[in-house]
Amino acid sequence: MLDTIQDLGRFGYQQVGINPTGAMDKYAATIANILVGNAPGEAVIEIHFPAPAIFFERPAMIALSGADFEANINGRPIPINCPVIVNKNITLQFHSLKNKSRCYLAVHGGMKIVEWLNSYSTNLKAEAGGFAGRKLLKDDIINLNNEAGDYKLTDNEDFRILPWKANEDFGTDSTFEILVVKGSEWDWLELSSQEKFLKNPFFISHNSDRMGYRLASEPLHPGTTTELVSSAVSFGTIQLLPDGQLIILMADHQTTGGYPRLGNIISVHLPMLAQMNVGDKIYFKFTDHQTAENLLLNRHQHLMQLEIACKLRLENYRHEMSPD
Amino acid sequence: MDQLPPYKILPLGDTAIIVDFGNCIDKSINKLVHAVFYRLQDKPIPGMIEAVPAYCSITIYYDVLLIRNKLSKQTTAFEWMSDKIKEYLFVERNEVEADPLPINIPVCYEKEYGPDLDFVALKNTISVEEIIQRHMAIAYRVYMLGFLPGFAYMGLIDEKIVSPRKQYPAPVEAGSVGIAGKQTGIYPFKSPGGWQIIGRTPLNLFDKEKTNPVLFKSGDNVKFYSITKDEFEDIKNRNA
Repeated sequence: MLDTIQDLGRFGYQQVGINPTGAMDKYAATIANILVGNAPGEAVIEIHFPAPAIFFERPAMIALSGADFEANINGRPIPINCPVIVNKNITLQFHSLKNKSRCYLAVHGGMKIVEWLNSYSTNLKAEAGGFAGRKLLKDDIINLNNEAGDYKLTDNEDFRILPWKANEDFGTDSTFEILVVKGSEWDWLELSSQEKFLKNPFFISHNSDRMGYRLASEPLHPGTTTELVSSAVSFGTIQLLPDGQLIILMADHQTTGGYPRLGNIISVHLPMLAQMNVGDKIYFKFTDHQTAENLLLNRHQHLMQLEIACKLRLENYRHEMSPD
Repeated sequence: MDQLPPYKILPLGDTAIIVDFGNCIDKSINKLVHAVFYRLQDKPIPGMIEAVPAYCSITIYYDVLLIRNKLSKQTTAFEWMSDKIKEYLFVERNEVEADPLPINIPVCYEKEYGPDLDFVALKNTISVEEIIQRHMAIAYRVYMLGFLPGFAYMGLIDEKIVSPRKQYPAPVEAGSVGIAGKQTGIYPFKSPGGWQIIGRTPLNLFDKEKTNPVLFKSGDNVKFYSITKDEFEDIKNRNA
């Protein structure tokens, strides 16, 4: 179990080696926040399966996005990508891993987490940020900003599903063809290995975590014995390891590295990758900046529309609940 | 700089751009990298998120949405940044920093704290005493920070104590001083590490409660001095 407080990442400190961390699937984390009327960068809980049981001492408005772990309250299903008001003294549970791999929980008004260097994200290496700089443990209590939230539930109502939702699958597709911008050391790869990179399937190995995904495939070979002097690496950088296998750096990546950088996954495909599981198969395909940036602009536009729509629905709902 | 060395502008994915001055560890190139870095700190390119200096390259992370929506509707954000960064590369001679005064760092070179001293001695056919003397003799430049929060890559060390990385990373205690190739560095955290460990400092290299949690910054000048095990414990207890 590795459940942590995350946000959209801590930027501005990579120059001293402090890595950005942040949610693995920033798209899902953003959607969860937007659904409950939060700013996209509010703190969320990133949940892996087997997932915790979460007891609510007070009523709250929540949303889950990303992986579907068959959330339920007293055995009745709680949908993902949909705002839900939960009553006090109820327990949110997760039944099984239905799809994907990381689920994000957002709470209306946010959680009382102290920012470290302008971010809520947990930096496990530095033991800083998030909840006491560590993963969440049994019996931890997270206070909410909106503690007095009165959502007008009746006493015998465990929860109420609100009548709006997010279209989760925008911009992702299921072919597992991952678009890549060519890396600075691509030319270091010998020609036949370059062909293999673009043709062969790569499998996500069990040796994968928030720091990086190790891929399994036919080994690739450099055409040079040159060693790289350490330079910056990023979320999505594909490095060639000395054994010929590849690693894709993920949210908890180091700030710099010394392995050849063959390419970088485009931003809009990182959430898809973040939601994959061990054994999943991917193919790489090169793309250009025009395509990568346009996809990012489209996704942002979709999120902005969702944000406006959710705010409006939330506003109307509040009026209905408290007639003048 | 009288003349700008050859450089390449390369993408690091769709959100960052690298200016690469060649694959080398060279003090004058690293000083150029930092002169560019300070310029960027002083007057950030609009849309820039942060800049990361390394040995011979500087990487700039940028906000694609801001650039495309506000600043550059016609070209890609990458092209726009490629163009803008060029204005920062022609650094004046007086912008290149002189070596600052050295920061003195206490190190206990006892074998208990330097488990790889014997290996380095054997590899270079010199005595442990000579390793320590040669390691302390030079003031090192902090070329960059990376790998771990606050890990400073320093160099260049005396040719006589140059040592290869370990084949497999081993557990390393916080404060451990290591060498790898011509570099030396200190592990701010307990971590797996591949450098040959020759001593340990009792200082905290990382304090998350501080506004600037990291002891070193790139461009610093660092010199080591030897302390006994008792002195090590004293400093350690004082800082606890």
